[in-house]
Amino acid sequence: MSDCKPEEFLAATICRLVLDPSAPTARHVAVGAASPVPAAACYLAQKLGYPIRLSLLARTQGNPFSDGTRELFDLTGQGRIDLFFLGGGQIDGEANLNLVGTGEWPGGTSHGGVRFPGSFGSAFMYMMTPRIILFREEHSPRVLVQKVDNISANGVSPPGVFRRGHAQALVTARCVFRFHPDRARFSLASVHAGETVASIRAATGFDFDAGDEVPQTPLPSEQELALLRGAVCDEMLETYPDFCARVFGRKLAA
Amino acid sequence: MSLTDLDSLAARVPDGSKLAMPPDNSLPSVALAKALVRRGARGLRLVGVPTSGFATDLLVGAGCVAEVETSAVSLGEAGFAPRFSAALKAGEIVMKDATCPAIHTMLQASEKGVPFMPLRGIIGSDILAHRPDWKVMDNPFAEAGGDPIVLLPALQPDFGVFHAVMSDSKGNVWLGRKRECATIAHASKASLVTVERVVEGDFLADERLAPGCISATYIDGIAIAERGARPVALLDEYRMDTAYISEYARMAKTAEGFREWLAIHVFETRAAAAE
Repeated sequence: MSDCKPEEFLAATICRLVLDPSAPTARHVAVGAASPVPAAACYLAQKLGYPIRLSLLARTQGNPFSDGTRELFDLTGQGRIDLFFLGGGQIDGEANLNLVGTGEWPGGTSHGGVRFPGSFGSAFMYMMTPRIILFREEHSPRVLVQKVDNISANGVSPPGVFRRGHAQALVTARCVFRFHPDRARFSLASVHAGETVASIRAATGFDFDAGDEVPQTPLPSEQELALLRGAVCDEMLETYPDFCARVFGRKLAA
Repeated sequence: MSLTDLDSLAARVPDGSKLAMPPDNSLPSVALAKALVRRGARGLRLVGVPTSGFATDLLVGAGCVAEVETSAVSLGEAGFAPRFSAALKAGEIVMKDATCPAIHTMLQASEKGVPFMPLRGIIGSDILAHRPDWKVMDNPFAEAGGDPIVLLPALQPDFGVFHAVMSDSKGNVWLGRKRECATIAHASKASLVTVERVVEGDFLADERLAPGCISATYIDGIAIAERGARPVALLDEYRMDTAYISEYARMAKTAEGFREWLAIHVFETRAAAAE
């Protein structure tokens, strides 16, 4: 398995979280625009035989929506999207996401700070979707901070505020964290090959819980790798040509 | 019907107008944005529905914009929007951060002619903390009381601005499933649209075309602009021109490089060096 690409490994890892039997069933999953790895993870779940309706926002040919870009949010408002993916320029120990910027609001002034693109739909999707998987490849103290500079989307809500769900997990290039909304903390679920609890602590700006024995994140099976490089790539070529060329070495026929 | 030329369309937009535009996954009129730069528009207030892209960065860079209200500004795969980021840092523009469904909801309130609409979520986000015009009240229908929910004011832009595939003899425009442009048109006081071509007939009399059409009721000016969305894609007619966006992203990193880009691609007073 030494030739398994990091993106393939992360897609297989996210796929296992999508199919986690302890989480509410994901019948309809939506995947945002710049998310080829979560898209690959969901296609992999489909190709493994799980009946998931997958709506890719970025899809040009055969886009799932015909009533404008509000349709995703209307579906989610009704509770008809079971799982969505979010990331962030900063993510903190209470699973708050910052997609707006660092420093003084709105992120980036003459006094310093960096402006990120913006919140997109996160302030709504995070609260209205029963399950969110957080995905951010860069695992560094710069990204995983003790407290985000701006809360674009909050990880937990006070009692009495309508909310359907929370982060299920945070997947990075180094590990998988589980999120516990009852205590608003992450725990280390597994570390990727080459990482230890100590190396994760050193690379993480927030405090988290970890048992004495933390398992290693499993590598993709031969079957999963074959599906990713075959049937999953077939589905993704049109929407994510650069990703497919880079990861699977396949180009869209002209 | 109200067919005119591109520069006349741009001349109808007074300085200080509030303009609603779709982003790069929909049908922005980059052609009209360039015409607004040529006319030297000032003080525009842009609304990204629900986010903003290439046309917004271009207008901000050219000094046409006073305020941006949107949920994100980005050049997609080509990265952060360079002139927007620079203008924000220099304090040259006011940014009103929103979140995607809030933009849709505020426009939907205008579509219905009601003063506000509620939206779930957002409570606990700093987006809300920085929007004094957004209110929270308890759901009056909650039997047990409580249940706070956000109320968003109706948003009525002066102009909806977008690109469409074609218009007909009656001044209807057709753009297929990009229905956020219909929301923009319904909610705005007036809409100015660029099209690839004008065809004979009446789209509303054709059951196949009518669902992807916006009625002339909402359209106040149309100009032909071939490849008017470029570098953005037009449905299945032309693809996104990623090389064009990458060149822009590279040149627009500096104010000087941006001016050079404008000279080549907007004012056409200079030829591209490599061509």
